[in-house]
Order: sequence, then structure tokens, then C-alpha cells
Amino acid sequence: MPKSAIVLDPAAQGATLTEEKFPLAYRTEFHDFSQRTSAQASWLIALRREGFTRFQETGFPTTHDEDWRFTNTSPITKTRFHLANADDSSVSAEDLKQEDLKQFGVANFACCLVFVNGRYSPRLSRIPALPKGVKLGGLAAQLAANETYVENHLGKYLNFRRDAFAALNTAFLEDGASLFVPRNTVVEEPIYVLYVSTSGKAALMDHPRNLIVAEAGSQATIVEDYVSLDNLEPAFSNTATELVAADNAVINHVMIVRENRQTNNISTLRIQQERSSNVSSHSILLGGGLVRNNVHPVLGGEGCECLINGLFMGNESQHLDNYMLVEHASPHCSSRQFYNGILAGQSHGVFHGRIIVHKDAQKTDAKQTNRNLLLSDDALIDTKPQLEIYADDVKCTHGATIGKLEAAALFYARSRGLDEASARHLLLLAFANECLERMNEGAVRDHVERLITEWLPNSTETAEKKSARQS
Amino acid sequence: MSMLEIKDLHVRVDNNEILKGINLTVNPGEVHSIMGPNGSGKSTLAQVLARRENYEITKGQILFNGKDLAEMKPEEAACEGLFLAFQYPVEIPGISNAYFLRAAVNAVRKYRGEDELDAMDFLPLVKEKMRLLEMDERFLNRPVNEGFSGGEKKRNEIVQMAVLEPKLAVLDETDSGLDIDALKIVSKGVNTMRSPNRAMVLVTHYQRLLNYIVPDYVHVLVNGRIVKSGGPELALELEDKGYAWTESEPVGAGR
Repeated sequence: MPKSAIVLDPAAQGATLTEEKFPLAYRTEFHDFSQRTSAQASWLIALRREGFTRFQETGFPTTHDEDWRFTNTSPITKTRFHLANADDSSVSAEDLKQEDLKQFGVANFACCLVFVNGRYSPRLSRIPALPKGVKLGGLAAQLAANETYVENHLGKYLNFRRDAFAALNTAFLEDGASLFVPRNTVVEEPIYVLYVSTSGKAALMDHPRNLIVAEAGSQATIVEDYVSLDNLEPAFSNTATELVAADNAVINHVMIVRENRQTNNISTLRIQQERSSNVSSHSILLGGGLVRNNVHPVLGGEGCECLINGLFMGNESQHLDNYMLVEHASPHCSSRQFYNGILAGQSHGVFHGRIIVHKDAQKTDAKQTNRNLLLSDDALIDTKPQLEIYADDVKCTHGATIGKLEAAALFYARSRGLDEASARHLLLLAFANECLERMNEGAVRDHVERLITEWLPNSTETAEKKSARQS
Repeated sequence: MSMLEIKDLHVRVDNNEILKGINLTVNPGEVHSIMGPNGSGKSTLAQVLARRENYEITKGQILFNGKDLAEMKPEEAACEGLFLAFQYPVEIPGISNAYFLRAAVNAVRKYRGEDELDAMDFLPLVKEKMRLLEMDERFLNRPVNEGFSGGEKKRNEIVQMAVLEPKLAVLDETDSGLDIDALKIVSKGVNTMRSPNRAMVLVTHYQRLLNYIVPDYVHVLVNGRIVKSGGPELALELEDKGYAWTESEPVGAGR
């Protein structure tokens, strides 16, 4: 690729957008990034360029965009973020020790990939022996190794033509977790991926890009866990995951956001499902300042099943936005969305559940439920179902509830001897457990359960931190 | 000392006076039945005893083992040994019966300065009580009352009572809506718990329950007052003549 092709003309499309929609600093960042990666495969360079061009055209969304009505992106657009590299970090990947990661619970997982500011750290990761043919590692390494599955799938599903953040992620695509599971292969061990952000001297951004390709009849569980370490400056974590489940594949995907309040976390999970595949997406939002969680499955073959399960727990001035777009594109598929929100302080939650049933997707069975608990007068939830049905023989239901902790239930628990704080704790745990119970039992669910219990206020009974179902 | 001593109790709910001067004394070992028509204040009395918020005591006194019950929070009353079997047990999705019950038992034990029970100690105890109430052990892992039939909920209340071993048990219409088999099972559970140290107050609308749990005393509550008290034979008389009969009789003080 000749160098001139990546020098961008300020008079081009982006110039018509305001500085807030398209901060010019991104041009500088992209220029530097493009130079640094100019020796890479031409298809990859073209993909990034397309991503940046799209971003330049659309710019960051504002609350005038219907899909962003409830979420103001100014914490991102008004801050100058630098692409993370080792020099700006208070803790560089080289300085990090296994000890530093212990607090995040990595010891619970035999298979653990660690990314520091978006870069894969082989030294901090441990990958046990995996079944024959399974490929797992950093995307950068898999790209460098010219793995064909990467070229065949990367960038083929994510809708970066419409979504500015997905476009930005594609523009700065470099590293992330990459997994290939061959036909009829079962990976028993959950694959745990920890993304640590450590910015300290400057406001940093990273754009992790994950790729999961599961061939026919294969099975795997992947956990993405986003955490912060010693952050002082604002951070911007803009992640995207493409997940392809071929015929009959069974994939469990879990995403946990628990960064600090200075961190803005935008994530997009794009799921492509083929015939009779079964995918579960579990999103657990506990941390971050501004969080946007996009989940976009396309049920593209007959008889697919998709579970979209989520729990968002906000406090102080956190903003937790969940944007679900479930596309039924084939007959006889079923999707289940369950999102529970607990909002305290002045936190603001959003649930946008959009279901599109395409013309040919007869016998679709789609269900959506969003339940919310508001723990303070200042907490806020916006919940919006949106059904677009173009087929005529389908079953689609949706429902949303917003409430406080039920006085009758509190009294019931107190009448059994629990003090008020414990009774509240118990009822919140009960509400969160509805989401936990939809996850398979095992190390991953135990991990999530610990995080939820730590979040809950007044968890005085340390002995009770064990599973509610285990007792 | 009496277990429960209610003196001239007046209670207001949402600005309506519901109880208008109740007098009742319950001693250890006794079983009292409170009967009355709909809206007479039976359930209000039960809820006040369990210290439900917004049930305002405007006059009178309730002594529970000599202590002023009005000063207690619901959890304090529970830890002091009072148990209310709810007329409408509350569903708590997301928490298993076992977890809920163990949390309750340990809250009470903690209050009394006893060691908390771990799952290993707790499970045999609760399983034994479930056998008594002929409840399948699978109920332990099901969410509290969620998806239970009416009869299962009532039996579950008695399991809780059996595990918590209260000094004073107040059963609020535990018999309502039960078929005869469930009624027998619940009655058997309650009868097993009768002891010289424990008192019970059965709030009921129907005399039928009293064929299986024979009370020592029966009180008739009408329009916020106890209008008649007597032995078990009073319940049969009520069954024959209906509540209207009591209203023409002179007002009798509670025992």
C-alpha cells in the first residue's frame, strides 16, 4: 500500500463534522498508527482504512441519534485519548507481575489470557494444552502467522458501516483474543481473558478486537473481563468481538465490565449463528463510568437458539446502557433476552431491546424481559422495547418492570429474624441471582457470583457469600 | 408470667381504626383460636404482633414475655421468639428456600449469641422438618414460594416455623384454601409443635381447622373487639349459628 493512500485530506468528509462529532486528534492517532502498521497484510490495512473512513463520515453519535437517545458520549468525545503504548502507562506490561493480577481472581482459571492496555502479554498469560486443532492467542500473533480463519472472518460481521464505535475499533484493530475451535471439538476449560488498563500519565484508549470462530459441532466458553489497575486519568476502552457459531456449535460468552469510574467502556458483541447453533451471551456490568454494551446476534440458520442474559448494577453517577439488537433471519429460531438492572445513587441505566424478525423467519419465538430495581429516588432507568416483525407466523413477547424493593418481601424477611440491612441484601442478591441462574454452573458462574456479592451493599454476612443455591 | 398480654389494644391502619380495644392473655402451653368474619380485624391483630410497619398502635399495650412488643422491630420480635405464619406468603424468586431459611435461623442464633449453623449442620435439621410436613426435599432448592401452590406455601410456612422453633406462633389463616389432605398434614405439623413452653394463636375464618387442632380457648372477634370467649365448643356453636349470633350477645372480655 503506497503511503500516500493513508495520509488523510483534512478537506475530506470528516471536515464537515463538528469537532465533537469528529475530534481531529483521531486523525493524528490514525496517521501514526497507520505508519506503525504499514508493513502488515494489505487486506488488513484496507480493512482499517475502511473503518476509519466510516468513522470519519459518521462521527461519534449524539443524543439526536435514536439509538443513543439516552446516552451522552461527551465523556469520550471531549477528552483527548491517546492510543495506548508502553511509554504512557504508569505500569507497563513489563512491570506487571502475576501478583498484581491476583486481586482479579485469575487463579480461578486454568486457561487465562492477559491483555495490558490492549496488548497481549504472553508472559502473564497461561494457556494449557488444548484439544487438537484449537487455536488460541493474541490476534496480532495470529495475524502475523497468517492464520486463514482470521482472514476469512475478521471484519465480516461487525456492522462498522453504521456504528461509529465499531468503525473506530476496526480502524485501530491490532490485537485482542482470537480463538478457533475446529469441527466437533469441545474445549472443556473456560477460556478466561483479562483486559487490564493501566493508564496513569495520560488519558489512554485501546480498541481490543476479539474473534471467536467455532466450527460445526464445536463447543467452548469464553469470558471477557475488563478491569483497571492504578488508573488516574480517564480511559476509553472500545472493544468489539465477532463470534461465529457454525452448525450445531454451542458457545457461551460472558462479558464482565468492572473498570473504575474514570473508564468509558464501549463494547460490541456481534454474533453470527448458523443452523441449530446455540449461543449464550451473559453481560455483567458492575464498573465503569460511561458504559455501553451492544449485543447483536443474527440468527442466520434454521433452529438457532440464543440466550441474551444480562445484569447491570449501577451506583453513584454511573451510566450503564444496554443496546440489544436481535435479528431473526431464519425460521424456527428462538431468542431469549433477560436483563436485570439494579440502580443506586444517581446512576442511570438504559435497556434498549430491539428485535427484528425478517420476512422469512417464520415460527420465530422471541422473548424479551427487562426488570429493574431502583434503590434511590435519583436513580433512573430508560427501558425501550422495539419489535419489528416482517413475518406473519411468529411469537414475540416483551415486558419491562421498574420498581423498588418490595415492602411485603422486606417485611417477610424481617419477620423471620433478618435485620433490615440483611433483608435488603438478601432481596438484592435474589434479584441478581435470577441472572446468575441462567449461567451454567462452574468456575465462571462462581467468579461472577463473587463479584456481584462484593458489589452489594451491607453484605455483612461474610459466611453467606457462598452460593445461595449451595446452602 | 404470661407469654402474651394484650391490654386495651387500639390499632389504626391508613387512618381507619381497625382494632378497638382488644384484651387477650396467652400463657405458655396454650393454644388460642381467634375467629371472626371478614374485616373483623383478625389479620390486623396478627400483623401487629409481627410488627408490620404502618400498623399504628394508638392506645393500649402488648407485652411479649414481659417486654413491650410495640418497641420492637419485626426482626427483634422474631429473634425474641415470635413467629407469624403468613396468610399470603411472599414469593422471593432468585433465593432458594434453603438459603432463606438458613439465613433466618442464623439471624436468630446470632441474636441469641449462639454459633451460626453451616450447611452441614443445617440440612439434616430442615430435612427432618420437611418430612414431617410431607414436603419433597426438592423444595429446598426451589426459590422461596415461587411457583408453589397455595397448599405448598402454607406447608412451607409451617416448615419455617418448625425450623425456627418459636415461643409464640401466630398462624394467620393457615387453613384457608387447603384441601382436606393438606389440612391434615399442616395440622399434624402444628400439633407436633405443641409443648408446655410454646403458645399458639390460630387466626381462622373456618371452624374446620379446629377439628384437627383443638384449641384451649376460642375468641370471637367482631368489628375490632373480642365479643365472646370460651372453650372449643364455642367454635362448634359458631359453625351452627354463624357470626351474626355473637353480635346480639353481650360483649365478653378476652380471657
